[in-house]
Amino acid sequence: MSGILLIKNGRIIDPANEIDEVTNLWIRDGKVAAVGDYDGAADEVIDATGKVVCPGLIDMHVHLREPGQEWKEDIESGSRAAVAGGVTSMCCMPNTGPHIDHAGVALQIVARAKQVGLCNVHPIGAVTKNLDGKELTEMRELSRSGCVAFSDDGLPIWHAGVMRKALEYSSSFGYLIIQHAEEKDLTAGGAVNEGWISTQLGVTGMPAVGEDSMIARDIMLTKLANARYHVAHISTKGGVDLVRSARADGLMVTTEAAPHHFALTEEEVLGFNSDAKMSPPLRTEDDRLAVIEGLRDGTIEVIATDHAPHHEDDKRCGLSCAAFGIVGLETMLPVSLDLVRGGILSMSDMIAKMTCNPAQLLGLGSGTLSEGVDADICIFDAEATWIVDREAMVSKGKNTPWHGKQMTGQVTHTLKAGRLVFAGGKVCG
Amino acid sequence: MRPLKHLFGIADLDREQIEYLVNLGDSFIEINRRPLKKAPTLRGKTIINLFFENSTRTRTSFELAGKRLSADVINISASTSATKKGETLLDTGQTLAAMQPHVLVIRHSLAGTCELLADYLPNTALVNAGDGAHEHPTQVLTDLLTLKQAWGSPEGKVITMVGDIAHSRVARSHLLAAKKLGYTMRVVAPKTLLPSQIERYGCEVYHDFDAALPGSDAVYMLRVQTERLTDSCAFPSIREYHEAYGLNVKRLRAAGSDCIVMHPGPMNRGVEISTDVADSAKSHILRQVEHGVAVRMAVLAALCGGHAEEKKEGSRKQLSDEAMQAQGTLL
Repeated sequence: MSGILLIKNGRIIDPANEIDEVTNLWIRDGKVAAVGDYDGAADEVIDATGKVVCPGLIDMHVHLREPGQEWKEDIESGSRAAVAGGVTSMCCMPNTGPHIDHAGVALQIVARAKQVGLCNVHPIGAVTKNLDGKELTEMRELSRSGCVAFSDDGLPIWHAGVMRKALEYSSSFGYLIIQHAEEKDLTAGGAVNEGWISTQLGVTGMPAVGEDSMIARDIMLTKLANARYHVAHISTKGGVDLVRSARADGLMVTTEAAPHHFALTEEEVLGFNSDAKMSPPLRTEDDRLAVIEGLRDGTIEVIATDHAPHHEDDKRCGLSCAAFGIVGLETMLPVSLDLVRGGILSMSDMIAKMTCNPAQLLGLGSGTLSEGVDADICIFDAEATWIVDREAMVSKGKNTPWHGKQMTGQVTHTLKAGRLVFAGGKVCG
Repeated sequence: MRPLKHLFGIADLDREQIEYLVNLGDSFIEINRRPLKKAPTLRGKTIINLFFENSTRTRTSFELAGKRLSADVINISASTSATKKGETLLDTGQTLAAMQPHVLVIRHSLAGTCELLADYLPNTALVNAGDGAHEHPTQVLTDLLTLKQAWGSPEGKVITMVGDIAHSRVARSHLLAAKKLGYTMRVVAPKTLLPSQIERYGCEVYHDFDAALPGSDAVYMLRVQTERLTDSCAFPSIREYHEAYGLNVKRLRAAGSDCIVMHPGPMNRGVEISTDVADSAKSHILRQVEHGVAVRMAVLAALCGGHAEEKKEGSRKQLSDEAMQAQGTLL
């Protein structure tokens, strides 16, 4: 986008540059030109008075379903949902069909996302071929083809021997392994958190220790391999404690939390609500508070949604049979703002967990308002309220536990490389 | 009393409703013992028994209950139904509901089957005849009628339930009923057969059967699903299970002379219960079967009556837009 755009009088928050002040943001030819004063005249002006202006959000954990399950979501619908939620970069998990376990699929996704042109899409490559947990993928070629990290997400890298090799090999080249930490022997057949709720429903539970034991094992292997290890969607108190202690020991262990894990508990599944079913499941209040404490003290550096769109047919078959996952892109920001309202995080710290922190972890080069970077911008009104309506969701997936609930905080504008891609409640283009 | 629209589980019933159904069941026992076992109560009503899991006594007792009250009763078992052709549970339910039965009685291995269907079948009363490990309300109402006959009231009594509590819908329904009616449940099993945080029902938890026996007013043995036991490493062998948790004459004696024996059936003789106990005078097992018919008559009568009333009042639950649409697209 050529010309000069002025975003006027907003509260500009750029955690990477420690900026939090009401001022102007200048964009020239699609790049950030200046925060504050600038020697030039604006061709266009967006008045951001009373709003927050921050780097476009980064969601490092989404499922876009393309290729393979386009009836659930595709790169275009997922990109539209992303920008509606203020997200300008996202990392898509490899459990597509075919999987992102060879270069062709990664290249196809990157190309398709460019064609759609709304949101940066960075694929995450599979750790093992066919996600079957046995043979490593060609990580170097996947990396050259755009993959920014490696994961078998949806499934754990289950066998300890394979995980050791994956950590050793990937770290030889500086790559990050993202683990869906779940000891399947302990969670088989489970649909919800194991505990009082699963007992009352008569539904098989997934114990917290299924997650904790895998994280504990992986941390030992990470130490052995001197590798980089990232726990996806951490949901348990035990897991948060393990990561905190590993980081205190100086290991390169990081983790992310999904909004549903710090906003909701297992109580949501009472009444057999399959729109509150995901893996890992919603846990207890103690776990929820531990995740919040992890976010507060920095153990959890990243907020990522695990956006998992499903068709209603996959959800309307009973809690035990329903597919795992909920959509998250469009509710990520308002749900996370509760952390700010609750005094857990400063606005800047919350934004960091959805911008510069994941960008640094994955080497994306985005997530800041530094001069010269692509002007990927999110503008939101932190006080505006709206009601979640599943039918009004931009994503093809309507599987949200927040249907009918009030959200506080609404994205008003999203810009990608200086171009408006979302404004006035509508995706542009 | 709150009218009954459905019977999903004991969880949704209050004490008054439970006692009403048990007492109504009590009044129906006599019909079943008559030479001519027919009452006109449900004439013109249609009842479909939709069973996705094998069942002899529950299905037969629902069928007899409907027929003895003059309803038209259809039985559908999963082996002959469209589900084999890949039809979803929801479609099967909606298809049958479109034929306008008054009551759909459902047994399915999926916990929450009735809750799932209810949103889409607004004009049909649903009865849970067992959903996974969730609830089996008519079994518990049956047991409560048996206890009423034996004791007058279960209040203050101790029922010791033994076996695979983790997978038992009967156990969950009893644990809920115990709180509402004021009796004590003792559950007895190794930890491998107890669900997480079972004590939060307010029950007493034992691993040692012999320790649980003194003071028991009834010993309620659950059927052991032998394949489930050994496949899941819940127990090393049937032999050891019987030694630890089988009810025999010696154990029954330890419980006291007034202690009665119950079992939801079908029994594994020599596994959870020995033959001499099963056939003893202390055994109320066949009475439970008999009362099962009477209680199910009560449930069907209450639902059909309640339903007609509700229609008159026009107080039927408003359909959500989504359910309307779902219904619309199907029809």
